Amino acid sequence: MKIKLAKEDIESSKIQLIERVSGEEMRRCYQCGKCSAGCPVSFAMELPPSQVMRFLQLGRVDEVMKANSMWTCVGCLQCYARCPQGVSVAAVLEALRQIVLRKGTDHERIKDVPFPFMKSAPQQAIVCGFRKFVS
Amino acid sequence: MPRIGVFVCQCGNNIAATVDTKKVAEEMAKLPGVVYTTDYKFMCSSPGQEMLKKAIIDNKLDGVIVSACSPHMHEKTFRKASEAAGLNPYRCEITNIREQCSWVHHDKTKKTGTIKSTDLTRMVIERLKRNRPLTKIKIPVRKKALVIGGGIAGIQAALDIAEGGREVILVEKEPSIGGNMARLSETFPTMDCSQCILTPKMVEAELNERITLYTYSEVEKVDGYIGNFTVQIRKKARYVDEALCTGCGECIEKCPFKAESQFEVGLTKRKIIYTPFPQSVPNVPVIDAPNCPKIQKDKCGACAIVCGPKCIDFKQQDRIETVDVGAIIVATGYQNMANERFGEYGYGRIKDVISGMQFERLASSSGPTGGEIRRPSDGKIPKSVVFIQCVGSRDEKKGVSYCSKVCCMYTAKHTMLYSHKVHDGQSYVFYMDIRSGGKRYEEFVRKAIEHDHAMYLRGRVSRVYEKDGKVIVQGADTLSGSQVEIEADMVVLATAIVSRDGADTLAQKLGIGYDKYRFYNEYHPKLKPVETVTAGIFLAGTCMGPMDIPESVAQGSAAASKALALFSADEMTRKPVTALVNRATCNACWDCLTACPYTAIEREDVRNRQGETIRWLARVNEGVCQGCGVCVAACRSKSIDLRGYTDEQVFAAINAF
Repeated sequence: MKIKLAKEDIESSKIQLIERVSGEEMRRCYQCGKCSAGCPVSFAMELPPSQVMRFLQLGRVDEVMKANSMWTCVGCLQCYARCPQGVSVAAVLEALRQIVLRKGTDHERIKDVPFPFMKSAPQQAIVCGFRKFVS
Repeated sequence: MPRIGVFVCQCGNNIAATVDTKKVAEEMAKLPGVVYTTDYKFMCSSPGQEMLKKAIIDNKLDGVIVSACSPHMHEKTFRKASEAAGLNPYRCEITNIREQCSWVHHDKTKKTGTIKSTDLTRMVIERLKRNRPLTKIKIPVRKKALVIGGGIAGIQAALDIAEGGREVILVEKEPSIGGNMARLSETFPTMDCSQCILTPKMVEAELNERITLYTYSEVEKVDGYIGNFTVQIRKKARYVDEALCTGCGECIEKCPFKAESQFEVGLTKRKIIYTPFPQSVPNVPVIDAPNCPKIQKDKCGACAIVCGPKCIDFKQQDRIETVDVGAIIVATGYQNMANERFGEYGYGRIKDVISGMQFERLASSSGPTGGEIRRPSDGKIPKSVVFIQCVGSRDEKKGVSYCSKVCCMYTAKHTMLYSHKVHDGQSYVFYMDIRSGGKRYEEFVRKAIEHDHAMYLRGRVSRVYEKDGKVIVQGADTLSGSQVEIEADMVVLATAIVSRDGADTLAQKLGIGYDKYRFYNEYHPKLKPVETVTAGIFLAGTCMGPMDIPESVAQGSAAASKALALFSADEMTRKPVTALVNRATCNACWDCLTACPYTAIEREDVRNRQGETIRWLARVNEGVCQGCGVCVAACRSKSIDLRGYTDEQVFAAINAF
């Protein structure tokens, strides 16, 4: 992947919005990877938490939006608890979910979800997954 | 007949567990010349030492042997005790029956250990019988130091020695002292202005009555040894009489010609008669002779016309001055690697690709732009600047394999200075690792990123080219696994720190060691960090390898304390274990001279009464000789012996086995 980097990308309005909603500053992250190491659902994410942070630092919001990471996050806050810089990736992912959901274009209906999945998925995952109904 | 005493130590159970010390003592008593033997639990304890002293006096011993641990441990202790009892310390010898015997024997019946201890002790007895009493060598010390290099390390060393009450000669190659630090704008991590903290020290060095400055001078030749060096200094022709010049600067004003300024790293031009920078010490201009039309073609001479005190002398020649000093501190500093070596960065080809030192000058309020960040090509303020780290450093193939240590920090500082001066600018840093080990250093780098919004990208740059007035930088960000392209206005290269040109020549003059990068070698990397293998010569600062200002200053002070310690006594005592040439058999083949690593061997010419040289001889300079014995091994005619380790002693020991 080749990217062109400029001040406008790093400090774009999209990034500023994510920072405002999440209350986290992207440049605080120094890419140690501790969030990705401890995240219980990291293996299932297309971009693990630390990569999400890196992509956002580089202003690559669209790629983060396309990835399943924000929907996979169960909000357990382990990333926040362990982060040496005190960054809550969970808050950033929550902000991303909020931004997507507020557009009201990507609603999932609970009855469309296959029943076996509902039965096997962790309760916390279902709660997080359907946050869209309350947001 | 000799009267030898043998003391066998049990060392608690360390020796006694596998050696029957009592039996060793009894066996030794049977030997001719041994008049007293005993064994004891801890010979090194004070009762043990007292016992040794008492035995020497009561039995009128003329030699003692302590069979105990390695001589590295307690040779000093027992020689001191022997001396206290009136014995020559070199008539006391140690047999190592611990490290080389008891510790390596597992035989709990003590049979083999006892046999070996007996053998070893017997060998040393035979050796001791041939020991001549030696007296410590006393060398007078000249209480004056020479500091080579007037950068921050050299200035600090000179000031500390002067404060210690001794005289110092400070030699600087450039027209002004100050070194590389004088070029810097601000210093990390406190961001205090480099000039503001350096110039008071420069002025202090100039005004201190114990410090003699030799600027625009170089060390030509070094002779002698610790406490007694004779150094020739070449005072290069300045064409301005230092004694008469008032530093008014009229000559500089009137000079009609210009040449590239080395101090400003080529960013601007200076006059042909110049002082490197406004706060130069001494504030005496110098004429750049190769570029001066008066000196080259006898045309112009404007400076001499306007000079009030008439101190300009176009006929001035280089002068050689000889000084006598007791200690030398080498603080010759560093230079940057040539950036042109790395074609991918376009330095020298693209005007807006500059070096870190050039950025320092751009950011400096006394620099060519008065502290405004303006790019060299068109003078515009750059809105995006790319900093590239590890240019030449950590590059085994094309550069140097070591880390230059300060680049991470000064680049973080550059991004801060840039963001403070260009508020809407964006800086990017391509790095491999951020090395910020040091007090408040890591916090400083984080501040550059979080507070001053520097964008750090982990990866190297592989291509830099020009397009429509922009400098396109192609690098990588390995954290996101992507290739990155940045349209920059200016690129700054963090160039590797390398040793100075001519560092090897100076080392050869001084007789000190250097590594494959021509950085000077310390005696011991941890425990003797400012000493060299040549006694009386000390090191400070970046001539040893990359380091930052606090470290250089600390080393300057450390080297000064070493010199002051040397000056604290009128005479210096040295171990008498030195090489001795047999003048009857030496045939002057000079194998010893080439073999000696300390240049301790000199050519002595023997003259007849008419003053004609009749033969040559090798002579050992006891002040320099370290007693390593290389010359003994090299001598073809067996004319050199090492005092305390003569062939006679060694063969006697072997024959006794």
